[in-house]
Parts: sequence; structure tokens; C-alpha cells
Amino acid sequence: MALLDDFKRGDRRALSKIITHIENRREGYRTILAQISRFERKAFRIGITGPPGAGKSTLVDSLVAKLANTGKKIGVVAIDPSSPFTGGALLGDRVRMQHLADKDKVFIRSMASRGQSGGLAAATRDVITVLDAFGMDLIIIETVGIGQIELDIIEACDTVVVILVPESGDMIQTMKAGLMEIADIFCVNKIDRPGADRLVSYLNNMIHERLGEFSQEFPAVGTNAVSGLGVDKLSDAISRHRDYIVGNGMFEQRRKRQLKNEILSSVRDRIVKDLDHMIDLDGQFESISSKLNSGETDPYTAADEIYEHYFRGRLVNG
Amino acid sequence: MSDKIRVLLAKAGLDGHDRGIKVIAAAMRDAGFEVIYTGLRQTPEMIAEAALQEDVDAIGVSILSGAHMTLFPLIYKAMEARKCTDIILFGGGIMTEEEMVILHSQGTDKLFGPGTPTPDIIAYVKDVVARKRKSEKII
Repeated sequence: MALLDDFKRGDRRALSKIITHIENRREGYRTILAQISRFERKAFRIGITGPPGAGKSTLVDSLVAKLANTGKKIGVVAIDPSSPFTGGALLGDRVRMQHLADKDKVFIRSMASRGQSGGLAAATRDVITVLDAFGMDLIIIETVGIGQIELDIIEACDTVVVILVPESGDMIQTMKAGLMEIADIFCVNKIDRPGADRLVSYLNNMIHERLGEFSQEFPAVGTNAVSGLGVDKLSDAISRHRDYIVGNGMFEQRRKRQLKNEILSSVRDRIVKDLDHMIDLDGQFESISSKLNSGETDPYTAADEIYEHYFRGRLVNG
Repeated sequence: MSDKIRVLLAKAGLDGHDRGIKVIAAAMRDAGFEVIYTGLRQTPEMIAEAALQEDVDAIGVSILSGAHMTLFPLIYKAMEARKCTDIILFGGGIMTEEEMVILHSQGTDKLFGPGTPTPDIIAYVKDVVARKRKSEKII
């Protein structure tokens, strides 16, 4: 395949075309992915997440500009939301990444979330694989602006940076579940604003409770993405975290868990699709729904019946 | 399901008048396009490179600074250098019909003047992208 040959030679257009092919699940995308998966891959993957307007793209801009100067090849995947109404999207992360526009070692791809609600796009993981196989040293994944529970990013990267702003809240917010639990590194951006020091100390308290004395290694980092203040510290923290997880085996564990989850979720998708299809074909649901209406059965019993009908003897929960 | 239409929108050169392009961007988003907006003060090289990385179907450039006769051909040249002239280059701004004809002969497909209704631009992009995709399939 000519496109793959060009890809191997390092042709950026071929990379770009292959990403489109895979993102659109065009015919033959699985064959391409299978071939690409055999290429050497070595990229470290950094996830950047946080609420809308926190400064994720701007921080990616200054962080990547700095890392690119060290000669590293860097891929950036920037995700913005698709409209649930029209399917359209305004992908505006490039507006903040002007320092990267003329860097030939940096490749930025904007993706629309296309119906996914976990902060990533459906094909994000595949696109990461493609960028990795292209020879990137680092891949930065920037999620859509998220709330407290859109945490898919932990399935796609090695180090998660959660970006907050002084307005993100008080101590109680830092104690909540979800977003606060997924960070490997906390970053308080817009550090020049009132309340920033207080948020940093709340975060450091919380980190201390989680990590104990080890928390000294990964304190919250304050940045001003626009001026570049603190970006060095953030970059240092990321490489420290990388050394730490590679050293203690967490890196491999994480990758293993991610792969397992990815495969299982793909099997699950197929089972659910098949089941929906079978139930539709059988017309089973019609008879159940009339029984439900007349009060002959209740939803739990109906679920039991459907489960037994399809899975009896085949699955452990049967 | 057919692929989403992806369009890169950019402001080229020293030109801060971005009200128009933002209106177009919102209209295209509402028409179901994936719009990649690059923002202000883009060089021809930056525009062509972004279009390559994003693998867009079309590039829409707004120029209200009077530099359109210089910038549009330069953008097309930057696209030629990257072998991506299969991407459709179109644009808008304040220019004469004669200038549009000249720019068309230099690689810019269609140019829209002031007062163009947004549905016209969307219909044009849908049509030109559909034709482009059809011809690509034949090859």
C-alpha cells in the first residue's frame, strides 16, 4: 500500500491521511491499524485535562514549544466537543498553539468528540497508536474541557496532568471524587490571580494525605501559561513522574490495564450490539412489553427472563 | 455514513478583522461541519501546514486587509510545496470581480464578496467537497 510506504518514510501527509482513514472508520482501517501496530513504538503519552477555559491549549503550546527545542518529535491530539444536535464542531485549540505552527517536529491534530462523553474522541486511542508508530517521542493528548467525571484520559496516557484555576474552588472541591483522583500532577494555571496560593496549598494538603511523605516529589505546580511562568517546573514534574513510574513498574502495569480495558470494552460493545440485534429479530420485547403493561411481570423479572433466554449455561452470572 | 466535512478557516497576514470569519465558522459548525479555526495573523506556510496536518477538505481564508492579491497565491504555493493542492482553497474579502478571476487562475477556487449569505457559502462547500470526493473515488 503506497500510503503506508510513504508513512514509513516519514511523510506527514501520509500520516495525516491515515489518521483520517482511521478516524472515519473507513473500509480497511483495521488492516492499516494491524500493520501499523507492528511498527516500533516508544512514545511517552501525557494527558492534559481540566475544565473549559483553564488554559489547557495555551499550556500545551508553551510546554510543547519548550520540549520541541530539545529536538524531540511531538504529536499533539487536541479534542473539542461535537454538537449533539448537528454533529458539527468548532475545533479552536490551534488558536492557542501559535508557537507550534512553524515547528517541523510537532504535528497537531484536532479531533471532534463525535458522540463520546468521556473527554476523548472515539478514535483517540487509535490515533495515538498511529502517531506513536510514526516515530513520535512524546504524544500530548488534550481532552475537551471536562467536569468532574469525564475521565477517559486515564485509559489513554501515562502521565495525567490536571489543570485547575484559582476559581476552581475551595478545599471541599479538592476532596471530591473523580477528577481530583486521576491527577499524577496538579497544575494551577493563571497563578497570578487572587486565590491561587490558597488553592495550591489545599491541593498540596490533599496530595500529602494521599501520598504521605512522598508528596514532596509531586507538589502542585503553579503556572501562567501565557507568560510561560512555571512551565519549566511543570515539564520537570512530568519527567520526574515518568522516571518514577518507569522505575517502579507502574508504567507497565498501567499500559497493561489500559490494553485489557480497551479489548474488553470492544468485546462488550459487540456483545451489546449482538444482543440488541437478536432481541429485535426475535420480537421478544413485544411480548414482554405487553406483559409489563398488564402487570403480569416486572422489569427485573423480565430482565431475568431475557438473560436466561440468551445466556443460560453460557455465562458465569447465569 | 459519509465522512464529516472538515474545513480549516484562517485569517491571513496582518488583519485583525475576524468578525466575519467567526460568523462563517459558527454557521459551518451548525451545518454539521468540523471547523478548525486557526485564528489571526497566519502566514501562508502556517495555513498550508495546518491544512496538511488536519487533512481538511477545504481551506477558507478571509482577507480584509487589501493584501489578497499577494496572499492567496502565496497560500496556494505553500500548498503546492506540500503536494496538497487537492485541498480546495476558497476565501472571502473585499475585492473586485476582475481580481477574483485572476486569483481563480492562480489556484483559489471561489471567492465571496461582502454581503454573501452564509447558506450560499455552506452550499458551495458541500457541493465542491462532494465533487472532490467523487473524483477521488474514481481514481
